Order: sequence, then C-alpha cells, then structure tokens
Amino acid sequence: MHVKFDLNGRPVASDVEPRTTLADCIRNDFGQTGTHLACEHGVCGACTVLVNGEAVRSCLMLAVQVQGDKVVTVEGLSGDELTPLQAAFRKHHALQCGFCTPGFITTAHALLSHEPDADEERIRDVLSGNLCRCTGYVPIVEAVLEARESYRGSGSK
Amino acid sequence: MKPPIFEYASPSTVAEAVALLASRDGSAKVISGGQSLMPMLAFRLAAPELLVDLKHLKNLDAISIGEDGVRLGAKVRWCDIESDARLAVSHPLLAEAIRHVAHYQIRNRGTVGGSLAHADPSAEMPGVAMTCEARMTIVGSAGSRIEAAADFFTGPLQTSLQPDEILTEVHLPPWPAARRWAFLEFARRKGDFAMAGVALHYDLDGTGRIVDAHVGVIGVADRPIRLAAVETMLNANRLDDKLIAAASAKARESVDPPSDIHAPGAYRAALVATLLARGLKKSAA
Ligand SMILES: Cc1cc2nc3c(=O)[nH]c(=O)nc-3n(C[C@H](O)[C@H](O)[C@H](O)COP(=O)(O)OP(=O)(O)OC[C@H]3O[C@@H](n4cnc5c(N)ncnc54)[C@H](O)[C@@H]3O)c2cc1C
Ligand code: FES
Ligand code: FES
Repeated sequence: MHVKFDLNGRPVASDVEPRTTLADCIRNDFGQTGTHLACEHGVCGACTVLVNGEAVRSCLMLAVQVQGDKVVTVEGLSGDELTPLQAAFRKHHALQCGFCTPGFITTAHALLSHEPDADEERIRDVLSGNLCRCTGYVPIVEAVLEARESYRGSGSK
Repeated sequence: MKPPIFEYASPSTVAEAVALLASRDGSAKVISGGQSLMPMLAFRLAAPELLVDLKHLKNLDAISIGEDGVRLGAKVRWCDIESDARLAVSHPLLAEAIRHVAHYQIRNRGTVGGSLAHADPSAEMPGVAMTCEARMTIVGSAGSRIEAAADFFTGPLQTSLQPDEILTEVHLPPWPAARRWAFLEFARRKGDFAMAGVALHYDLDGTGRIVDAHVGVIGVADRPIRLAAVETMLNANRLDDKLIAAASAKARESVDPPSDIHAPGAYRAALVATLLARGLKKSAA
C-alpha cells in the first residue's frame, strides 16, 4: 500500500505491506534509526515517536495508519545543536548505553511541550512507561526537571 | 515479533466498516487504538485476513454528559477521559479507575471501545462497566442492539460481539452527587495490569443506611464480576468497622481466582479482601 506522510518536517512516501509497523517503516525505508526497537510489543517505550504532536509507541502502529500525519522522531527534535533537553541528559549522565534514550527524549519532549509545568510526580508517572536497563532513573528525572525551564514561556519546541 | 500478513482498510462510515467485517466470514478484525491488538499480532495470537481501521469513522469520539448519565463513544481514548475535568463530578469512579490504565504513550491511543471488546479480565474499563451496569450500543449487519455489561462479557477475552459487529458507545447510568464510591487496585508497577482491583459504589438513605450497593472486582475471574453476596451484606446496614470486616471476609470467600505466573489464587483473594476493606473505609471518609 502506498503511504505518504510528513517525517521530521519533510514529505515522504513509501510502498509498504500493511503489516509493516511505523517503527520498521521509519527505520528501514527512511533510514532514521534513532527510533529504537526492543520489545516490539508495547512494553518498553524505546520506539516512542510523536504523531501529530502526541507521543505514541511506533511498534504499536502500522505505517499505513499515519497516512497524512506528521511524524517526528528523535532526529527531528534538534538541528546541529543539542536541544536543552538533550544537553540536560548529557549533563546529568542520564544515559549510559543510550539504547533507551530516544524513547525517553521523545516522551519527555511531548510531555513538557503539552505540560510545561509538570511536577516531579507527573514526570515520574509519565516516564514510568519507559524502561532503562542501565543508567538508573534518577539522573533521567533530574535531566527532565532541569530542561523543563526551557519549555516555559516561549512555547519552545 | 513481526505481525502476520493481512490486508488493511480504513472505511469512513460505520455501515462500510460493518460491510467489510461481514464480507470475510469472521476473518476480519477491527483495529482501533491497536494497543492490545498490535501485541496480539506481534505474538501471532491473532491472524486476521483483514484489519478494518476505525480511524476515519466520525462521531465515535465524544464524551457526552447529561441527565441520563455519561456516554462514551467507542473511540474515546484514555487521555480524553483523563483531560475531561467534568468527569471528576459526573463520574468520579470512571475518572479514578482510568488513571490506572497503562502508560502515557498507550493512553494517547488506547480506546474505551477497544478495551471493552478486548475484555481483559484485569482491565479497568470492563470492571467499571460491569460494576456500574453499563449498556453497550453495538452495530452489525442485522442492525443495532443494546447489551447490558452483565451479558456482554462472556469469558476470558470474550464478549457477545459477533464478527460483523462494532461497539459504538457505552452508556453509564446517572451518578447522584452524594454517591459514595471507591476504586482501588494493586499492580506491581504503575500502569501494569492489576493483580486485583475493586470498584464499588452505594447510596445512603435518610437514616444513613446503605442502599443499592454495587461491588465489582477485576483480575480474579475469567471476566469482571460483581460480588452479590457482599452487596447483600452491605445493603440496609450502616457502614462501621464490624460491617467492613464482615464484608471483607465475605469478599475473600466469594472469589476463587486461578493461580498463574503472577500470583497464587489465594494471594489474589486476600488482595480482594484487603482492597475491599480499604475501599469501604475510603468511601466513608
Ligand atoms: C504495555 C501495556 C500495558 C497496558 N496496561 C493496561 C492496563 O493496565 N489496563 C488496561 O485496561 N489496559 C491496558 N493496556 C491495554 C490498553 O488499554 C488498550 O488500549 C486497550 O485494551 C484496547 O484498546 P485499543 O483501542 O487499543 O484496542 P485495539 O487494540 O485496537 O483492539 C482490541 C480488540 O478490540 C477489538 N475492537 C476495538 N475497537 C472495537 C470496537 N469499537 N468494536 C468492536 N471491536 C473492537 C479489536 O478487534 C481487538 O480485538 C495495556 C497495553 C499495553 C501495550
Ligand atoms: S519497542 Fe515499542 S514499546 Fe518496546
Ligand atoms: S541507558 Fe542503557 S538502557 Fe537506558
């Protein structure tokens, strides 16, 4: 089936089998391998992307379901510079192997874009759907808390 | 972890969707949020020939609140319920129960209709529907019908939905402002399916006695169930520590949960007793 959507700000199109997940389409057809796949059944959050601004698990969506939609992956969040959120992850050592990081970054970005006043409890609640097997969650929460300021006021993206 | 081969259609009306489902002799399946079906496909526990996506169907995503209660369109998502401040008054039990469903990203896609149709025995929405005597509107080739929750859930992951039928709406009866209620569940981690959960509500008569007690439990049987013996014990009585202890003991002996990798049956029964006691206390606070 032919599918057309907007990926990280540019129009893309592909012929996919209906069973192709959005995650596989993004990675294999468009080479955007920042979106990681671990469990492939919805429990780890590594594959999180934004569809029309909302964080979703790209292993639980079909590519054909984003026809006409706007999809943003971790690659689409920054230009040449790290975003304040990414810089805060680096500063707080919020990643070790980095496998889970794209999922945490996209999820935290969606949260802070919609709820720039999210408190620590809300941040922990939202991040509870993402698994990290090596860093530990404390530095991740600290990084998100620090980056929160950059989402306030300007309606920063 | 790759889904099996299937065809895909995204019709724009309920009638077209029903016709597509009917055209395949039971081998077509609806996909709504996909948050239960996609894992089932990944594990190849489901292998439909055709997926019929509800994405483009209109008028199935409204939350309407009126004198006759709360109506949720089948495509209402968990995040829609979470962000609708009216529900804290119009149906606090629903609002509280849905706070326990899954995680952020899943809540952005998962739907009320999908959860009811999936009928996981541990899921919150089926538990609320059962406890509150919800009525489902179902549309199929033969027309539309309304089914009570008690008849809708027929077994583990099983409902009375026929292969050519779509659930379009669930209706929860009106919620009196003074109603007492509680929803409590126990899960190992936030957002996981409950090992057991209790939903309850009742009203008080002029003398402070319980009338019309509803006590439902999830995670302890092949479907969400009501505990009639506990309800009978509560009705026409004043809630005090003695009644709470007796109701809690009655709840424990009223359930017979199976043992599985997550917990032995006796542990789940003990959870029900504890959650009921805590719930009753909370309802009176
Ligand atoms: C990691 C994880 C954790 C989760 N934790 C919880 C939890 O704690 N509690 C909980 O309740 N759920 C949980 N879920 C499931 C989630 O809530 C699902 O969203 C929900 O069960 C199904 O809704 P859906 O719209 O995604 O349905 P889908 O996955 O699209 O469909 C599920 C089933 O329902 C059928 N169906 C869907 N819509 C209709 C309709 N309108 N008419 C007829 N049939 C229909 C489909 O054919 C399919 O058989 C979890 C899911 C994941 C991946
Ligand atoms: S790979 Fe999608 S949630 Fe784990
Ligand atoms: S940094 Fe290794 S899994 Fe999170």
